Amino acid sequence: MNTAEKTHQDNSDNLSNRANKYANSVKVTRWTAASKRAVILAALLIIALAFAPLFASVGFIDRLTALFIYIILATMWNALAGYGGLVSVGQQAFFGLGAYFTIRIAHLGLDPFVAVALSAVVVAAVSYPISLIMLRLRGGEFAIGMWVIAALIHLLVNLDGLIQGETGISLISLNSYPSQSRLTIIYLLALFSMTGLLVMLFILLRSRQGSAIQAIRDSEEAASSLGVEPEKVKRLLFVLAAFGIGLAGALWLASATSFQPKTYFSVQWSAYMIFMVLVGGIGKFEGAILGAILFFLVETWFSTAGVWYLVGLGAIAIAFSLFLPKGIWGELERRFNWQFLPVGYHVEIKHSDPNKSNNK
Amino acid sequence: MTNQIIQAILLGGYYALIACGLSFMFSIMKIINLAHGSLLVLSSYLFWWLADSYAISPFYSLSIVIPIMMMIGWALQEFLLQKSARGGELLPILTTFGLAIVLENLLFEYFGADTRSLAPYIGDLSWESWQILTDIYVGKTSVYILLSAISLLASLQLFMQKTAMGRQIRATAHDPDTAGLIGINARKASAIAAAIALGTIAISGLAMSIRGVFDAYSGGPQLLFAFEVTIIGGMGSLWGVLLGGIVLAMAQTIGASIHPQGFLIGGHVIFFVILLARLYMANSVIAIRIKKVFGGLR
Amino acid sequence: MTALEINSLDVRHGQLKAVRSISFSIEKGEVVALIGANGAGKTTLLRAIAGAHKLTSGSILLKGIDITDLAAHQRVAAGLALVPEGRKLFTDMTTQENLQLGATVSRAGGWSVDKIFEIFPNLQRHRHAKTGNMSGGEQQATAIGRALMSNPEVLILDEVSLGLSPLVVDQVYASLATLIQTGTTIILVEQDLSRAMKVASRAICMLEGEIVLDKKMSEVSREQITDAYFGLAKIKNIAVEQ
Repeated sequence: MNTAEKTHQDNSDNLSNRANKYANSVKVTRWTAASKRAVILAALLIIALAFAPLFASVGFIDRLTALFIYIILATMWNALAGYGGLVSVGQQAFFGLGAYFTIRIAHLGLDPFVAVALSAVVVAAVSYPISLIMLRLRGGEFAIGMWVIAALIHLLVNLDGLIQGETGISLISLNSYPSQSRLTIIYLLALFSMTGLLVMLFILLRSRQGSAIQAIRDSEEAASSLGVEPEKVKRLLFVLAAFGIGLAGALWLASATSFQPKTYFSVQWSAYMIFMVLVGGIGKFEGAILGAILFFLVETWFSTAGVWYLVGLGAIAIAFSLFLPKGIWGELERRFNWQFLPVGYHVEIKHSDPNKSNNK
Repeated sequence: MTNQIIQAILLGGYYALIACGLSFMFSIMKIINLAHGSLLVLSSYLFWWLADSYAISPFYSLSIVIPIMMMIGWALQEFLLQKSARGGELLPILTTFGLAIVLENLLFEYFGADTRSLAPYIGDLSWESWQILTDIYVGKTSVYILLSAISLLASLQLFMQKTAMGRQIRATAHDPDTAGLIGINARKASAIAAAIALGTIAISGLAMSIRGVFDAYSGGPQLLFAFEVTIIGGMGSLWGVLLGGIVLAMAQTIGASIHPQGFLIGGHVIFFVILLARLYMANSVIAIRIKKVFGGLR
Repeated sequence: MTALEINSLDVRHGQLKAVRSISFSIEKGEVVALIGANGAGKTTLLRAIAGAHKLTSGSILLKGIDITDLAAHQRVAAGLALVPEGRKLFTDMTTQENLQLGATVSRAGGWSVDKIFEIFPNLQRHRHAKTGNMSGGEQQATAIGRALMSNPEVLILDEVSLGLSPLVVDQVYASLATLIQTGTTIILVEQDLSRAMKVASRAICMLEGEIVLDKKMSEVSREQITDAYFGLAKIKNIAVEQ
């Protein structure tokens, strides 16, 4: 029985009156003053970061490169899980493939940095047929099925004689660049890749398709009834995530130079991605970025603790999933109504209502 | 050839045994427990620790480890899964994955990097075998593992079908809301189901540590095997688990005969082949007939 | 003796107040027909009484004992059973298994699987068949039987005859008559007014989450109930006041 169904005459009049009253006082916007400021600030920050190699130390630049790669990983995992509702513990498949194809393409004689970019495209192409099978799985089946994919790809890569099994291989052609300029190029590549992917996702989420994506997250059934094709949108997110994570793997290889399949195809990468997104805020654009920054800081300070560091990451992930499932950003958003990078709509109600304004 | 088939069936028994708990938990609680492999390793370490420190035979320590694992299962349901399942179907995946990471690293911290095995603690049994044909020998432990898989599956089946608690667990799995309305304590039923699942993990932990070596990070591959078996056998069917285990082992054997590194690849490939087949002929006549034969529990 | 007492019950469905400060009490052996249009809040009220829906405020007393804070299964143990709307059988289990499940709380009383088959003889041949394949009437009978297995003192039946053919409804009511003779207290939701008036000793009419009429069947006319059902009584009263 649907109790919301109200047929009684005077009551429905009453409701529509109330609706009219609200219509006059509700303002739906995308941009608030704060979010405009935030985007301008972010743009300035990125421009400033682009000039960092001129001043900063080699070590600092190297660490920032790692941070950018973490932001890519978190954002892409979040695109898949937070917007597509697809939790995966096998995204290391694409991370490893990104590195592997870079080696392969560079081996053909192409410039290593060209190989990095091309590799990500190849990874995206490979991910498409994978999506055809995997997207038919649901929930936990998808999550762990992706892990099987990663394990299989890892084994297949090991079959390639060039890689020499678990011994691995280095991206030797990087040596053609002097070390200082190599570092700078990788740094800038990582910065631009990160910016590019963030902007891409931002635009995607704000597009018609993007509204569809967020509709699916809320209710797949409702989305289908609106004429949105959840499968198509999920595929788009799957391929985008593979592309981004592949690019991250390629960049990681460029920065670390050596490729050991075991390291790149480790499930640890999934653990990191989950940690970042869970802590930052799943399904929150800003949350993934915040999570990556926090993870970066935690790693910088505590990774020397070795095993206990990993225990801590796992425990924090459990704690967040139990007690703060919307993550730190979700909590900030709820409490202070923050939204700096608006992918949804901002609903402001000018009315003496207790819920002064609401975020959607 | 005959030998390979026989050995594959025996290996399949082992896979069915380690998949038991995962499949049970999925079919009853609709949760894929990503900590399954790590819990398996935890129980293996318990057996090893009891044998190594107190010289208790692994077969006697079953009576200690099974209750311990069951209590862990109860606690897992009560403190982790129950709460996280309320947050949607995605949250338990993350919670159990986090638990896996915590567990395996704690085990590494405590037991170190050395690989362990229980084979030295079971005397001659670890290498004894029966000659069943002129040139074919079967290891006694492998046979015992297959037999325990069959008897465990059969007793789970009986428990679920014939006992009041089994019925209550099934009813709770079907519709917890209505279960409550007719007097079933759904929370208790779920906790008991989790305890049973972890109890079976204890048994498979013994099997794993007897037939080979393990270390703190062995859980991942075991989880993948168990998951593949569950999918191949058809989710939620206990007898399908046995079939799934044998199919997985066969495919690995075939893979190994094609390429020296083909063992694991063969297993993963059959997983995707079956998955594809299952997805594309979900409603065909054959699929329905297979379901009828192996429908088992559900 | 008071079997069930409801004090200013409030239940919300999200933002909507589905049940608004409802109070009534039922004597032992009374048969109450709960009448109201779709959306009047009947199912929400009954589910709240059974413990399947959280209360916003109010209290529920069973035989004078406060059961407000008990979980659904504990209320069954206390002697309250609900046959939910839409039967809600465990469709992949057999009739016998469904009935056995009803006895989970094992209260003392005369009901047994065989006794259920006695009052619903047409179920006998489905004893070992899955309930999912049975007809609507057989499913309803099984659902009632399952609730009886807990030997309830208060039995609540939501939408007894929804989707059943008149003949089957006759059968269901014939078996309810046996039950009423044994002194079981019953609350039932029945859309067929003449049938409700025949079987029940008291009518409670709900409109938009509130009780608009609560009278003995012998003291109420068909027209009064119809007016209450459509909310006409309220409007007439307003007209009179004006």
